[in-house]
Formats: sequence, C-alpha cells, structure tokens
Amino acid sequence: MSEFKPTNPVIRWIEHRLPIFSFLDHAVGSEYPTPRNLNYWWNYGSLAGIALMILIITGIMLAMQYTPHQDFAFDSVERIMRDVNYGWLLRYVHMNGGSFFFIVVYIHILRGLYYGSYKEPRELLWIIGVTLLLLMMAAAFLGYVLPWGQLSYWAAKVITNMFTAFPIVGEPIVTWLWGGYTVGNPTLNRFFALHYLIPFVIVGVVMLHIWALHRFGSSNPVGIDANGPQDKIPFHPYYTIKDLFGLGVFLTLFAALVFFAPNMLGETINYVEANPLVTPAHIVPEWYFLPFYAILRSVTFDLWFLSAKLIGVVLMFGSTMILFLVPWLDRSPVRSARFRPWYKWFFWIWVFDCAVLTWVGANPPEPPYLYIGQVGTVWYFSHFLVILPLLSIFEPTKPLPSSIGEPVLKGGGAATATGAASKPMEKA
Amino acid sequence: MKRLIIAAAAAAVLFGLQAGAVLAAEGKALPERDWSFSGIFGSFDRGAMQRGLQVYREVCSGCHSLRLIAFRNFAALGYSEDEIKALAAEYTVEGGPDQEGEMFERPGLPADRVPSPFPNAKAAAAANNGAVPPDLSLMIKARDGGADYLHALLTGYAEPPDDLEVLEGQNYNLYFPGNMIAMAEPLFEDAVEYGDGTAATVEQMASDVAHFLAWAAEPAMEERKRMGIKVVLFLLVFTAVLFAVKRKVWANLP
Amino acid sequence: MADSANPGADSGHSGDGHSGDGETRRDFLYLTAAAMGVVGTAAVAWPIIDSMNPAADVRALSSTEVDLSPIEVGMAITVIWRGNPVFVRHRTPVEIETARDVALDDLPDPETDKARVQKPQWLVIVGVCTHLGCIPKGQRVGEAKGEYDGWFCPCHGSHYDTSGRIRKGPAPSNLVVPPYKFLDDTTIEIG
Repeated sequence: MSEFKPTNPVIRWIEHRLPIFSFLDHAVGSEYPTPRNLNYWWNYGSLAGIALMILIITGIMLAMQYTPHQDFAFDSVERIMRDVNYGWLLRYVHMNGGSFFFIVVYIHILRGLYYGSYKEPRELLWIIGVTLLLLMMAAAFLGYVLPWGQLSYWAAKVITNMFTAFPIVGEPIVTWLWGGYTVGNPTLNRFFALHYLIPFVIVGVVMLHIWALHRFGSSNPVGIDANGPQDKIPFHPYYTIKDLFGLGVFLTLFAALVFFAPNMLGETINYVEANPLVTPAHIVPEWYFLPFYAILRSVTFDLWFLSAKLIGVVLMFGSTMILFLVPWLDRSPVRSARFRPWYKWFFWIWVFDCAVLTWVGANPPEPPYLYIGQVGTVWYFSHFLVILPLLSIFEPTKPLPSSIGEPVLKGGGAATATGAASKPMEKA
Repeated sequence: MKRLIIAAAAAAVLFGLQAGAVLAAEGKALPERDWSFSGIFGSFDRGAMQRGLQVYREVCSGCHSLRLIAFRNFAALGYSEDEIKALAAEYTVEGGPDQEGEMFERPGLPADRVPSPFPNAKAAAAANNGAVPPDLSLMIKARDGGADYLHALLTGYAEPPDDLEVLEGQNYNLYFPGNMIAMAEPLFEDAVEYGDGTAATVEQMASDVAHFLAWAAEPAMEERKRMGIKVVLFLLVFTAVLFAVKRKVWANLP
Repeated sequence: MADSANPGADSGHSGDGHSGDGETRRDFLYLTAAAMGVVGTAAVAWPIIDSMNPAADVRALSSTEVDLSPIEVGMAITVIWRGNPVFVRHRTPVEIETARDVALDDLPDPETDKARVQKPQWLVIVGVCTHLGCIPKGQRVGEAKGEYDGWFCPCHGSHYDTSGRIRKGPAPSNLVVPPYKFLDDTTIEIG
C-alpha cells in the first residue's frame, strides 16, 4: 500500500489537521484503482457532474437578476437577455445545460442497463442514481415554470392538476401545491425557492452516489470482477485525462448548440408571456419529458373505479419508479450485454421504444400517434415486468472471459498477468 | 471513438424526430428565405433594420407595442447619440410625479422604452374588434418559422377559396394557422417612403420589418455568433490537444 | 518495466538517449494543454464576473440632464442621480462671497470654493452627508441651514457652508461634487 507522503511543508501542515489530500488521493489518485478496460460509455458519470456544476453556477448568476413575481418574471428574463452583461450567454447556457444534463444522464443510465452495472453488489448505487433522476426531473420541471411563458404556466397547470386524479386527497393537495385556487404568484414564488434548493440536494445525493460507487469501484464492459491488481490502473492520470478529453468533446458540442442553435430544443410559444385566459394549441413539455408525457396520455379508458386520468398518472410515475426494481427484475448472473445475445436485442428494442414514445409525446394525442403510444407504453412495461424476468430464466448466455485483460490480449493473458505481478503499482 | 459518434448520431436523430413532429402540425409549408442574419456567420443589415424601423413606426406601431426595446437600443441600427435623442424626443411619455404629486407628460429620453399605442390590454382589444394586437418585441422568436413566417404572413393575404366563409373581422391568410387572422392586411405598395430611395413594395417592406423584428427579438445575436466561432474553434483545438495528451498518457500502461 | 510491453512508448525515465527528445515533446504537449486550460477557464470566468457589473439599463440611467432655467437666484432643487439626491443651488452673490472669504485653515477638509464650482452661481453637490449618509436639510425655504447658512444634517449635527464644505460636526469631508458639465448655459449633465 503506497502511502501518501507529502513533502511540501504547507501541505503536510494542512494534511495533519484535515486529511483532505490523502482523501483526494483515495478518491481519484493512486489509491483508487479502476478497471483498465473501461470504454467511453464510462465518461458519462463525470460529464453529468460537470453539467450539474455548470447549471449551478449559471443558475446562481441568473438568480441575482431574476424576479420571481408573476408581473415581473418574464420581463426580468428578457432584461437578462438584453441588458445584463453576458446575460444572454448565462441564460442560454443554463437553458441548454438542462437539456445536456438529461442527455448525459440518459446515456449514463443506458450504459448501466446495457452493462448490468445495477447488479450485485451495486444495487444501492443504482437506486441512489434513480433517486437522482427523480430529483433532476423535479428541478427541471420547476425551472421551466420560472420564465413564466405560455408553456411555463400551462405545463405547471397541467402537471399540478394531475394530482386531482387521486381521490379524496387530490384536490386539497393541489390547492396546497398552488398556494391558491389556480397556478398563480404564490406558486411561482415557491417554485423558485424549490428550484434553487433541489440542485443542492442533488449535490448531496451525488456524494452518496460516489461514495457507494467507491465501495466496490466501477464495473466494466466485460462485467466480470477484477481477478487482481493487474486488471486495474489508478484513476489518475488515466481516467482523469480520458474524462477531460470526453469533456472537451462534450463542451464543443454544447458550445455549438448554445452559440448557434440555442432555441432548437425549446418551444417558440414560451416566448409569449403567460396568459391564463389563452391555452396554447399544443402543450408539450421539454423533450426529456416527452416519453413520460406519451405514457400519461396513452390511457384513454377507465378501468372499474379507476379513472383514465388516474391510471395515466400512475403509469407515468410508474415508468420511472420501475427503474428502482431492475436489479430484482433482472436476475441473470451475467452482467454485461456483451455476453447476453438475447438481452442485447431487447435492450435496443427498448431504446427504440423510448425514442418512439418521445416522438409520440411531441404529437397530439390522436390517431395514429395515440395508438402507437399505447403500443409503446405496453411494450415499455413489458420489457421490465415480463422480458427481464423471463430472460433471467431462459437466456442462453455466452461464456465469460477468464479475466478482464483476456479479451484484448492476444494468445491469452496469462503471461502478462503474472509478469505484471512484479510491478510496483500492484503492491496492494 | 466509433461509439461516441454513434451516440452523437443517435442524439441528433432524436432531436430531429422531436423537431420534425412540431413542424408537421402547422399548415402550409413556409417558403425559406435568405436572410443576412442566418447561419453561423450571420449579421444584421443596418440598412434593412433602419427601413424596418420606419415600417414599424409608420405602419405597425398604430396597434402593436414594442415594449422591450428602449430608444438607446437603436444605436445598434447605426444611429448616433444625437439622432437617438431626437427620435426619443418625438414621443411623449409619462413622467413624474412632480413636487405636487401630479403625473405629467414629457418628451422621451434615450433610456425610455418605446411607448405602447394603448395604455393597457383592454383598450387595445376595444380598438381592435376584441383581439389584442400582440407585442412585437419577441415575435420572431415566438413563432415557428421566425422571420420566414413573418414575411410569409405579411405577404400571404389572398382571396379565400369560394366555399369558405370569412366572418366579420376576419381575414384570409395563407400562412396563419387556421387561415383566419384578425389583422387586416397591413402593407400596401408605397405605404412608406424610404429615406434611402428603396422602392417600398409590399415584398420589400415585409422583408425589412421582419429583419428589424429579428433584431428586436435578439439584439445580442451578432455578438453570440461571433463569440461562438471563437469558442468552438478554441474548443476544437483544445479537445484535439487533450486527445493527444490522453494518447500519450495511455501509452504508458502499467 | 513498461518498456518491454510498449517498445514505442516514452518510458519517462532518464538515461535513454531518445527519451530526452520525447520528454520535451511530451512536456510541450502537457504545457500546451495546461495553458489552454488556464485561458479557457479565464474566458469562462469573465462573463460570470462581468454579469454582476451594472447592466445596460442601469448604465443608461447613469447620467442625468438638469435644466437650470427654472431655478431662481437663492433657490435650490434636488434631482436624483444614480439613486442619490443631488442638490443644485443657484447661489446669491452674498453666498458666493461668504464661501470665498473663508480661510482654508478654518476648514476641517480644506478646499477652495473655486475648486468646487465651474460657474460660481451654480453649486452642484451630492446631498448625502459624508458622516453616515443621511440627507442634510437646507434645500427648502424655511428648513434649517445650520450655522454656516448652507446645509444642516439632523442625524448627528454636521454643518455645511454655502460651498457645501463641512465646518462643524462629525462629518469628515465636504459634500461630494459629482462629475458634471455644462451642455449650454442653462443645462448641465451630471455623470
């Protein structure tokens, strides 16, 4: 075990009183060995962290100039766009940063699903992750209301109205959420307070997420545990530089969007100030909510005493909540889809299903979109509740490699593995 | 690397799906025009903007407000400080209260916003058959199709098909969603006399006012694109350097 | 050792004739990356910091024009400039005389009257007491002007003279003269 022995006297003084340097060394340095075979799909976790930081910093700067009152909110955002130095930049970065946060996190989740990262012993890591997704969705919904455009107002109205679907408690809960008898100034003000709060809750839960990750370290594309230290390399400098490069790619794409197509992912009608007396022709949420919106609107029939509205709401929440159960729905002992030929197919079909639901969500809830959405919803839940458990029982999986190194080394990894044992790094 | 590209392509497809769905819901296909402000090197044409301002002042401002624009913003159109002071002074705005607590009227100052033609929404509706003429400050960003849509709308008034009944107070327009627009055709040949001698055809005025309103919706656009070119170029180089460093570091695997 | 597995790579250890060259190249690359990182970070930091500076609408209100023609001799008006009151007094010859006759030694904050005005009959000063920021009295007819016939701050008893200079009381310095210029004989622009 190589110890952290600083030579610099200032660092030694601090380290003795607050061991933050050895802590960092354990977190990302020589004391944090990482599988050597991680591919670029493993970049998305750090990218999510960066997206979060970008949103928090720009968010704080915007909060210095924004007024959370229904008579001033829209104009205060336009003042930011027109009069505040670089205000347009802060606003566009924040707005598109939210989209990028979701793109990155969705890919991060897909990676987890494909490579079985949620399996034993990382179930709790996965659960914390799904919790983070729920927090993100809350923060995003709240944030979208703040500019007080037409969709800000009407999306708030539609989504909060959903709670009336619940019998008895529904109405009082909605009145409580609104702080009035409809979406109004009390609603906007409290949404601002909560939108400012939740990102910091996310930061706290992210720390739990990383702590849980560091308990067992990252999984890897092959899905088998490391046989020994020879299968691992220190996080720094290998993955720090790889993450930095990935960040460069991410920032380049992000900058291209922010500077040249800043409104591409948004809806034009939100540039019209909120009007409680005029409902927009097409109420759509932001793109990252479209699949859930499609699921919500796919239920058009009552079932016994359950109204269509209620079933729709339950299914919509259920579609995210079901992710919590994945480690128990999928019991296959094989982690990575590389060695699960059937699962690989179903995984991509499910991804396609999500894309279709996204497209459905953007369209009016009429035929043919409605029918396609209904099929898509049924398939979505079937994937988790039917396919995954069945695959656990019936899937013939491919044989796993003997070690992490084996698939990339020609003529077997035995020679290098034993040769590597003598390296100073591995004296663990 | 290949997978990164696949991921980017997948993301692009998803966005395309979403964007395409929205456009499909609208009516007649918009003719796409060439604007000097389109594209990554886009910039505003000051001559067009000045003519567009004239069209706004002489035609549109009778009903439509431009409340997010202040007179001082017109410096971006190429006007000098004195010209802006003179322009602002042509308008009367409410000032005060004075020492007695009374409100009074005073000539406009550069810091003032462009005054609205009506004191409030109800007055605007009363003067316009119950329909409130919307504020134009963000109109280009608030409609799908932007400047293309605005130009098409302004030049898209036509005779309705024989079987269609046009109600009182409605006008048939090829591009307005639903085809029935409360605004009567606002532009006619030579409605304004351009100071620079340009012929004031409907086509020209529509183009100029759309150009002006594109600026009004986002005055920072030129700065944004200029900065964007520098930032993206920097990041491309930086990312390439980081890639080289990554390869160098990974060449020495333990 | 790494060399056997990666013959082409730079071992990073000295003593090998080739590695010196590779080391310089590698260091140059690392240096370039680090330098670009610093430049990028600064470029990102600046808009964040600058967004807190006064915005365009605030800067537009940073100067105020004042029409002097309605101000009679012996009268004063108060205008708002950058959120603060500014006293514009049309001084009488007696007030000007009194201001000029004061010996500099008598002043807690020595300053000649000439240095505080552009035209002697027009005194333009920020009406915020230099002690703790109250607004001195003396603008209106009948208000207390203090012992020196200028302004009197009721909060802690600072007396200012007809040039706006502190004469008695806790205020440490004279009332501030803002930057202003005459656009013509009857109009000034403050700020």
